[in-house]
This record gives sequence, C-alpha cells and structure tokens, in this order.
Amino acid sequence: MAHIYLDNAATTRMAPAVIDVMQTAMTNTFGNASTPNFYGHAAKATLEQSRHLIAQSINAHDEEIIFTSGGSEGDNTALITTALSRQKYGHHIISTTIEHEAVLKTLQFLESLGFEVTYLPVNDQGQIEIADLKAALRPDTILVSVMMVNNEIGTINPIAQIGALLKDYPVVFHTDAVQAYGLLDIDVQALQVDLLTTSAHKLNGPKMMGFMYERQGLNLPAFIHGGDQENKRRAGTENVPAIAGFAEAVKLHDPIMKLQTRQRLQQYKSLLLGTLKQAGVQFQINGPQDISQAAPHILNIRIANVATDLLQMKLDLAGFIVSGGSACTAGSLEPSHVLQALYSPSDPRIQESIRISFDTYTTQDEVQQFAQALQEIAVNQQKG
Amino acid sequence: MKKKRVVVGMSGGVDSSVSALLLKQQGYDVIGLFMKNWDDSDDAGVCTATQDYADVAKVAQEIGIPYYAVNFEKEYWDRVFEYFLAEYRQGRTPNPDVMCNKEIKFQAFLDYALQLDADYIAMGHYAQLHRDDAGVLHLLRGADANKDQTYFLSTVSQEQLQRALFPIGHLQKAQVRQIAEKAGLATAHKKDSTGVCFIGERNFRNFLQEFLPAQPGKMMTPQQEVVGEHGGLMYYTIGQRSGLGLGGNAHSNEPWFVVGKDMQHNILYVDQGFDNPLLFANSLEASDAAWIRPITEYGTKFHCTAKFRYRQPDVGVTVSVLADHQLQVQFDEPVRAITPGQEVVFYKGQECLGGATINRAFKASQVLQYV
Repeated sequence: MAHIYLDNAATTRMAPAVIDVMQTAMTNTFGNASTPNFYGHAAKATLEQSRHLIAQSINAHDEEIIFTSGGSEGDNTALITTALSRQKYGHHIISTTIEHEAVLKTLQFLESLGFEVTYLPVNDQGQIEIADLKAALRPDTILVSVMMVNNEIGTINPIAQIGALLKDYPVVFHTDAVQAYGLLDIDVQALQVDLLTTSAHKLNGPKMMGFMYERQGLNLPAFIHGGDQENKRRAGTENVPAIAGFAEAVKLHDPIMKLQTRQRLQQYKSLLLGTLKQAGVQFQINGPQDISQAAPHILNIRIANVATDLLQMKLDLAGFIVSGGSACTAGSLEPSHVLQALYSPSDPRIQESIRISFDTYTTQDEVQQFAQALQEIAVNQQKG
Repeated sequence: MKKKRVVVGMSGGVDSSVSALLLKQQGYDVIGLFMKNWDDSDDAGVCTATQDYADVAKVAQEIGIPYYAVNFEKEYWDRVFEYFLAEYRQGRTPNPDVMCNKEIKFQAFLDYALQLDADYIAMGHYAQLHRDDAGVLHLLRGADANKDQTYFLSTVSQEQLQRALFPIGHLQKAQVRQIAEKAGLATAHKKDSTGVCFIGERNFRNFLQEFLPAQPGKMMTPQQEVVGEHGGLMYYTIGQRSGLGLGGNAHSNEPWFVVGKDMQHNILYVDQGFDNPLLFANSLEASDAAWIRPITEYGTKFHCTAKFRYRQPDVGVTVSVLADHQLQVQFDEPVRAITPGQEVVFYKGQECLGGATINRAFKASQVLQYV
C-alpha cells in the first residue's frame, strides 16, 4: 500500500540533494574539524561554509550560529544558560501556555530551581496579546520566550512586535523558530530577537541537528561542557556531514522557494477545506480561522463526532499519515495542551481533532486523495 | 476476495500475541489493539502500562501487523469499577473480570473494532466455539482444563460471540508458549499476569481503602462471643482464614475462618475449622441469569454441573429457572463457601451454558448469613 505522508510538522523526509551532500561528506569529510591536518582542515572548511550559509539565511553573523543536536537542545541551552547566568538580575521568566514541550518542560525544570515563570494566555486564535506581555514584565524579569509558529495549530506570533517592545527592557528574548524556519523569512535584526532556535529535520534536513542563534555580546556560558568547539559554547566533535546536510536544506529553502511553497500549501489547505465543505462534513478549524494568517503547512481541524484516535487509526489503515497528538508511553493519546489552552475543557475539539501538515514535497494529488478519504470517513461516521 | 479483518485485543501477554500470530497465518487481515482501561499514572503523571504496550509493539512488528492503543478508562470506570465498588459496599464479593468481558472486551472493544471495519474480534481467551447446523454458537471449555476461561465468558451474549474468534482455545498453554518461542515472539517467556488488572501487584486492602471507607466492628463467634475486631466487612470473603490468632475462646487448635457477615450490625462471624458446618450450603439463589444460547431443550428444571468460582472442579446441580432471570440451584452434594456476588456458571459436558450472579446460599431451607 502506498502511504501518503501528511505529518510534516513531526518530521520531513530528507531532500535528495541533502542525502547526496551528506553521503559525500560522510565519505570524504570525515575528519575532526578541531584537528590541524588535511582531513581536519577539510572538515573545518565544510563546517564554516555551512555556518556562513546558515548565518546569511537569517541575517546573522557567522559567530552567532551555534550548532546543536536540534530544537530540544537549542531550547534547553537558550533557556537554562540565560536563566543561570542572569539570576543576579532576577528570577522571573515570561513564556506562553502553548510552547513546545522542549520549552515548557525546561521552564518547569527552572521553576524547580527557584525561577518564577509567568505563562501568558492565548486568545482563541492561539496568539498572545502584546498588552498581556507588557503587563507581565517586571523589574526582575530576565527572559522572555515566545514561539514563532505553534507546532500544533500553526499560529504565527507577532515576534517583531514583541522584539520592538522588549528592545527597551533589560531582558533576553528567545524564540523557538523550529516550525517557522523552513517556510517563513527570518531576519534576526528585523525581529530583534536575542536567541533563536531551529531544527534541521523540519525542513528536509537530517535529524539530531539544529542551531541556536545567539546575538553577539550576549556571552552565554556553555551548556554542554568539554572541548572548545563552537567557540567554546558547545562541546562535542561536530557532526560535519549533518551540518553540511543542514546547510544544503537551508540552501534549498531560499526565499523564492519558500514563497512559492507558502502559496502552494495555502492552496492545499483551501482545497482540503473546500472538499470537506462540499461534502457536507461538519468540521471546525482549530486555532487561526483565517488560513492566510496561519503557517501554511499546518492545519488542525475538528471532525465533529469522530474521536481523534479512531480517525487517526482509520486514516492510517487507509494509508494516510496525520497526527492525533502525542501519545503517552502506553500508547493512548494525551489531550493536547495547546487545544486545552485555547478552548474550555468540555469543548469536543479536544477529543475530536487531527493535525494535517505539509512540506514542500507534498503534491496536490496527495492532498486530493487525502481530502477524498477524510471526507468519506467523516460523512460515514457523522451519518450514524 | 477481500480478507476478513480481525481486531485482536493485545495485552502484551503471550496468549494474545499467539492469537494474533495464528490469525495472521490463517490469512486474516489482523490489527492489534491495546486497551488502556485504568489510569495508573504515578504521582509524576507517568503511565505505567508502558512495558505492556512496548511488548505489543514488539510482537506486532514481529508478526507484521499494524497496532494501536485505545483508551477505555472512562468505560471501565463507569461500567466495571462502579459495579465493583457497589458490590463491596453491600458486603458482597464481585467478579470484575466477568464484568470486564461483558462490558469492555465484548462491548466497548467490540464496538470500537466494528468502527475499524472489523469482521471479528479476538483476544487470548482459552475457550472454544462450536457452530451448530442452525448457525447457533455453543461455547465450549478451552482444551487446557487448567486454563479454561469460560467461567469469565459466561455472561457474553450470542450476538457478541458471533463476532468472536478464539484462536488458542484448542491449545494447551505449553503449546502456546512453544508457538511463541518458535516464532521468536518477544512475549514467549513473559510471566502470566495475575489478579485483577487494575489492582495489579498492589495490596488489595490498601487499594480498596482508597475508595471505600472502612468501618471496623466486632468479630464474633456464631454463639455471639466477641473474639476480636474486624477492619471492615468488605475486606473479608466467606470461607477465608480470618487472620485471628489463637484467642482465649478457642476450643481447639484449628484455625479460624470467616463463616458469616451481618452487614446491618457490622458484625463479622468467625468460627474454627476449614470444614466448619456453617460454610457448607446445599442450594443457592441467583439472579441475572444469562444463557449463551437458548436452552429450551432442557426445560425449566434440569440437571447439569456448575462452578461457583474460577478453577473449581464442577459440582452436579439441579437448576430451576424462575421468572425474571432468577434461578434456584440445588447441589448434589454440600458446597463450601458459596459467595454472594460471585458467578455461578453452568456446564453440560464441555459446553458452557451460561451463568448467573449468586445472591444467597442455603443450608436445607435456612439462609446462611453471608451478607
């Protein structure tokens, strides 16, 4: 059975060009980039070329890019090193209720160390209100962390507005840009962020790879201790093939490609929603109602009277892969903290929603087939 | 032709693993479904059914079938656990596994499987089905007399059984393990689970105490001598050792047993001797009788055999079918420790006819005060 993969917010397939670059790097560029020899120098060259390309992609300086093992490490590093190194100025942190677990669980860890966290609420579109942020700021606030694009519902937060506001406060501003980097144009100068974290496998790059942007002058201490790699800010021999693959993925996702992809994915959303509407399926969009205002690759919808787990199973058996949320270690689904932040506990959306997510390789034909299958299941279940 | 689809309730044990394997080998379209019936999250909110689900995943991968998990915590709580507590509140000893089959495995799970377009469901039960010429299913004991689970299936309906397959019912447990071993299944050597699923390895008394307040009271002999204190009537079952040491009132060296309960006055009756006469009944009354198939050929009064608890040898009985699913059951010989709340299950040879819930036990025509 052919499978149609529509869970690209979880991870994406690797681009063929990325695989080629990595294969070449694994074969030829195996040296340790910290060693002064032929192979080490070759690895170092690849490392720095990759860093330069990636820095350019967000309008940053090369030294401001620190390679990490991915989004979770980036978020842990950003939050923990900032909090620990700034605790002489205060213990207050501001974030939101709908961050990724990599941020939320790290904040819980910091709370256990004595830091105090204010979690800003979100409106029914999943956005924070700037006024709420302003009201939450205190003299002892040292860090603000707000995600750029929510991974479950695709809300885009007003990062530039937040950056402009925080410019006048002595706080460090971090944004988790894991879901944004592959599709939105990011300019760290325009956004006025201090820390920004990404992950390579969300944009057709390798897993266990990412970077943290750290604004020059912030001088955060190392999180992983050991060797002097990454300007003494992240110990560990660099995974040069993965870094080269990441850079290749970033190169593919240039501004023109991203623009075209955004337009195409938004059409997919319209196509899918149109099919459901036409078939008389009872459904609701979760989060941003105006699809032109949401991240174009994420669509979270409630299909009325069809439980999430059942719908996900039926789709999986039919060869369509979507997300029903995260499962506990015993396999059953946990209610989404994001949907719970947006809606009341008794709202059926919490039990009856799925996330559909595209990437640049998703085809219109795949979306059409999926729309047809979803429509049939929904109509059938809603009949009863 | 499209393959028939079977959704197998996989628990992470060897029996359901082998069921899934055999069905797959027989050419069915098999889907594994793990049921999570109890919220056993620890204080940190971590669910502890992790190992069982990990085993389901391994076995499903080994067999090559899709697998999923489904949450029936609410259904289990409402339909099994509430009943369980209500029975204990009345001083009775319920059988949650009978109720779990009836309400969860052959109801909630079956409904779910049908939504997944299943033709059949299966689990790892040791029981067999025989379809007669009229298409009616007869429930037969599992071939392994020691593992036979028809006792727990006695209240499942004909309609529910029409959707059931019992792929290992004709096998001995040792054969099931051999098959698992030969196929290299991860669960081949996994220890059998024991006890009621939601209590697991925990102390039963502590568990019950979380949900039902204990009311300590007097422990008395049938001659109304007070011989001690009991910690709450619900903790005691008819016929069990009372845990009473050799007190001053002892008239022999024999251990003490629970021989009666008086719920109204919160008294636990104890007496000495495993074979104490108060523990032996000649007949019982039961309600909610359910038959696997219509048994009109036997009339309203017939002789058969019965079990009064799981894994007991059968006893000859004469059943009188009364109105409203009530039964009167006369024993061929006295039976020890008939327990209100447990199931009485009837057999004709290898066939399990059905069951009913025990309400009262009698010695001659005298009610034994068991609740």
